[in-house]
Amino acid sequence: MTDLQQRHQHLQKRYAAERRFKAYGLAAIIFALGFLAIMLVTITVSAIPAFTQTYIKLNVEFDQKVIDKSGERNVVEMRKSDFQKIIRQGIYDLFPEVTKRKAKKKLKTLLSSEAGYHISSALLSGDKPDLGFIDTKREIWVKSSDDVDSFIKGFINRDIDEDKRRIKDNQITWIDQLQADGRLERRFNWDFFIFADSRSPEDAGIRGAVVGSFFTLLITLVLSFPLGVLAAVYLEEFSKPSKITDFIEVNINNLAAVPSIVFGLLGLALFLNFFNMPRSAPLVGGMVLSLMTLPTIIITTRAALKSVPPSIREAALGIGASKMQTILHHVLPLAMPGALTGAIIGMARALGETAPLLMIGMVAFIVDIPQGVTDPATVLPVQIYIWADSPERAFQAKMSAAILVLLFFLVVMNAIAVMLRRRYERRW
Amino acid sequence: MSYLTLLIILFGLIVAGYQIGQRRAKAVKPKLNSKLPEHKLHSLPGFHGAYVALWCGIPSFILMFVWLFLEPNILSLLLEKQLGEQISGMADGKVELLKSSIRRAAENSQFPVDTALLAVVESYKNIQNQANIAGMVLIVSAAIIGLLISQRNIAQRFMARHKVEYIFAVIMLLSSLVAVLTTFGVVVSLVFETIRFFDHVSVSEFLFGLHWSPQIALRADQVASSGSFGAVPIFAGTLLITFIAMLIAVPIGLFSAIYMSEYASPKFRNIAKPLLEILAGIPTVVYGFFAALSVAPLMRGWGFELGLEISSESALAAGLVMGVMIIPFVSSLSDDVINAVPQTMRDGSYALGATRGETIKLVLLPAALPGIVSSVLLATSRAIGETMIVVMAAGLAANLTANPFQAVTTVTVQILTLLVGDQEFDSPKTLAAFALGFVLFIITLGLNILALKVVNKYREKYD
Amino acid sequence: MSENKIANKYQVRDVNVFYGDKQALFNIEVDVLENQVTALIGPSGCGKSTLLRCLNRMNDVIDVCKISGDILLDGQDIYSKKIDVVELRARVGMVFQKPNPFPKSIYDNVVYGPKIHGMIEHKSDGDEIVETSLKRAGLWEEVKDRLDSPGTGLSGGQQQRLCIARAIAVSPEVILMDEPCSALDPIATARIEELIDELKEKFTIVIVTHSMQQAARVSQKTAFFHLGKLVEFGDTDQIFTNPHNQQTQDYITGRYG
Repeated sequence: MTDLQQRHQHLQKRYAAERRFKAYGLAAIIFALGFLAIMLVTITVSAIPAFTQTYIKLNVEFDQKVIDKSGERNVVEMRKSDFQKIIRQGIYDLFPEVTKRKAKKKLKTLLSSEAGYHISSALLSGDKPDLGFIDTKREIWVKSSDDVDSFIKGFINRDIDEDKRRIKDNQITWIDQLQADGRLERRFNWDFFIFADSRSPEDAGIRGAVVGSFFTLLITLVLSFPLGVLAAVYLEEFSKPSKITDFIEVNINNLAAVPSIVFGLLGLALFLNFFNMPRSAPLVGGMVLSLMTLPTIIITTRAALKSVPPSIREAALGIGASKMQTILHHVLPLAMPGALTGAIIGMARALGETAPLLMIGMVAFIVDIPQGVTDPATVLPVQIYIWADSPERAFQAKMSAAILVLLFFLVVMNAIAVMLRRRYERRW
Repeated sequence: MSYLTLLIILFGLIVAGYQIGQRRAKAVKPKLNSKLPEHKLHSLPGFHGAYVALWCGIPSFILMFVWLFLEPNILSLLLEKQLGEQISGMADGKVELLKSSIRRAAENSQFPVDTALLAVVESYKNIQNQANIAGMVLIVSAAIIGLLISQRNIAQRFMARHKVEYIFAVIMLLSSLVAVLTTFGVVVSLVFETIRFFDHVSVSEFLFGLHWSPQIALRADQVASSGSFGAVPIFAGTLLITFIAMLIAVPIGLFSAIYMSEYASPKFRNIAKPLLEILAGIPTVVYGFFAALSVAPLMRGWGFELGLEISSESALAAGLVMGVMIIPFVSSLSDDVINAVPQTMRDGSYALGATRGETIKLVLLPAALPGIVSSVLLATSRAIGETMIVVMAAGLAANLTANPFQAVTTVTVQILTLLVGDQEFDSPKTLAAFALGFVLFIITLGLNILALKVVNKYREKYD
Repeated sequence: MSENKIANKYQVRDVNVFYGDKQALFNIEVDVLENQVTALIGPSGCGKSTLLRCLNRMNDVIDVCKISGDILLDGQDIYSKKIDVVELRARVGMVFQKPNPFPKSIYDNVVYGPKIHGMIEHKSDGDEIVETSLKRAGLWEEVKDRLDSPGTGLSGGQQQRLCIARAIAVSPEVILMDEPCSALDPIATARIEELIDELKEKFTIVIVTHSMQQAARVSQKTAFFHLGKLVEFGDTDQIFTNPHNQQTQDYITGRYG
């Protein structure tokens, strides 16, 4: 009896151990996925403010004396004039009681310092803009400064000490009054997608980085895809087992595992210093990334070539196709979806790559949207890194929003890869 | 005349070559009805066309690239000759400056130069034009000669297909050599710069020195302008962070793999496995952001409540986040090797009355151990080479400490900070980055080779 | 050929084949006569497929495969340097054990060979070749309305006839068949056998088969192989009714196989 009891107890213990073991496994997965979820939610939540921007409604007098001093209606000259001044005047007019210089200075910082520039480029766009606004008084919406924006979004607490916040007491009064008058509005921040980087958070956008990423990936694809496919075909179909082939294969496998920053060192030493290629250019970035992507493409293409059954090769050879014709007409087209999938996965990885691009100088502060592959540019992940270094609170939201955009592109690319695989996956 | 024009001309010649080859091949096709191979055209007309086109294109393109590299050098030599005594006795740097301003003046008439140099600029322009035309003529005539010579070969039994296919195979071989060239380029550039670094700093100081402060004095003649380059604190910091990361990644990755392969229902597996793999697909800059702006302040807060002093750039935060990033590297490879253990081994264990957990612990894990070890080695190599998380979350302070709450720095962080934004390329500071890169390359390479060896041995056991 | 005497298409003289260190064929001597069906039979692994693949040099693909001796096609050594293997295979078509149409349309399957051999100058040439080849392979009526549908969508027997059509589209002189019916059901098999009988009017056929009945039904000459050696070669009638060799006798009576 006791023997049986002992056995039973022992068994119970073993089962308890079993349940614990299983629970550890589940806990591990939950931890990993939970971390992923928390990270994504945190980023999404902190990105939300970046998608809106506060605007202030002003009644602006377009004084000819300021915006067209010569009176000649010369558009080119007018573009150079001080629109910020008339906009400043617009907010002074709203608060005539503010007269002291110091207070006026605080008042004007409610407005974005680039507001005048945007108004002038909106009004004076094209060769023959309608100049009817001169010497009229119009109601316009202008961007607020990022501090006002942060205050409206609730990131600046009005209850703490005045010295500790970026918005002062008198500014709070004005903002409250503007809000009461219906002169404040939060709008969807299209500029985030249209503008390039800027020192002022309210004007910083990701278009420059997106275009830079596009050019960089274009170079990467153009270089690595043909090279990778040709190399894969050679290794899989033509090379005979030899020391050289082994050496090439070992090389490819090792390249796939070399830290990305080492590729950055290669790019810096070889492309920039030895070949004197332009710094910060998508051309060089793309070249570095294509060397990193090459192993991925070669490995996936080889797997795809391997999966084409030998009977197809035999069929073509049997009719008298040469080896090259067999491969180019039959084997390679069948392996193409696999090769493309590999290319997309490689491109997705290249899109998220940061460190090697920092090394070749794609980290510069660039306000222009690049027009070609040799223009200085930055890329999305580097833009995120740059903003992470900025002190302004508003950049943190921008950065999260940029991460969301980056993740969106990655999701799209991976979805295409999965679709390609599903659609063309053949069971022989 | 620009390279664009040249490219268009060459392209036109290549197309013409193709057409000519094809036409000529079609013209020598007399006995269509004969079955004997001797009477047939050996290759399709298209191959003859391609043969001529290749002969037209390849030599001229090679020549063009050679010219692209040669032309600036030739021009520069000619310019020096012209400047003659004007530059005798001048410092090299000044000569370069003078030459570049002449070049820019030749390009752009607005560019301000000394009026005394205007004559030189004019004649330089002339030479440049002549060189340009000479290069152009050379390249185009190479294309034409190639076309003319190759099209004469076309005949009934001429094996155009063999030739074209041979050239293609050579192109493929060259493509596969790019990978080798890349490795070669990495090794050469790292070794070269590392040797230059050791001209300034001794090997033993670098490998065993305890103090790292690569700041260089502003003026070269200042005392102690070389900074100090003892890399031990960096290696220690790298090890600390990697250790923390592996402490997270190995148990979690392994337990995930075990659960996935042995306990999870297919449905759970189909959902959870791709989700886990997302962790590996998220760009590292995103992890860096999360580590720096969410995890680190959170830890600081917790530490504060517990009475611990946690630095805002702690090894712990960086290591933790990196560990999460590494999880899929451990889990998916371990999952594969656990699945690869033959079912018969499981059956044998179950038949003895072992529970699942016991089977896993006593049978599967020992059998899969080599594979698991190699996955851990690969993950370690990943962690050592990871850059963005540590750059954003671990900081720059080269503290020699084992305290995970303090800020430490890593090899990758130092490489990046030493090189980003720095234009000067001979100072020990920039060269140190290459020495660190070389160490990083050797270590990750060693780990990868080791991992491959382990996993290959394991394969042999079951194949 | 103009006389009644039947010409030798292939003369196989003292052929040895090695896969690495292993010898697969020993001193083989076979003559293949024009416009006849020659069957190669024997237990699996006896080397009959190896010999077949030597006849159009499909063994070239295998690096470790070495061959000695002479194989003459119309008196010319096909392993000589002067022979281009691509032209050889245009003269000697092949049909494989498992139907292996390209994953392309029926039309493209048939027209591919003529295209790479420069037999098509206008699209109408291709249409003509496709029609005659499919007709000769007995598939035309079944597929003429869906030439654009993929060849892989046909039934097994149809696929094999498509492969035959593909082989004859380049107007070869010889067709090699490597157990063409082994993956097919009896009805499809009968259909292919009928076809082989018709095709021998225009082509010389060498067929490898594991079915003795099939060899007896379709061939005029039979070669019996065992362990890489040619045991007996002669008229099919004689081999099946009055074999000279005891091994042959045992095999055809089903003692082993």
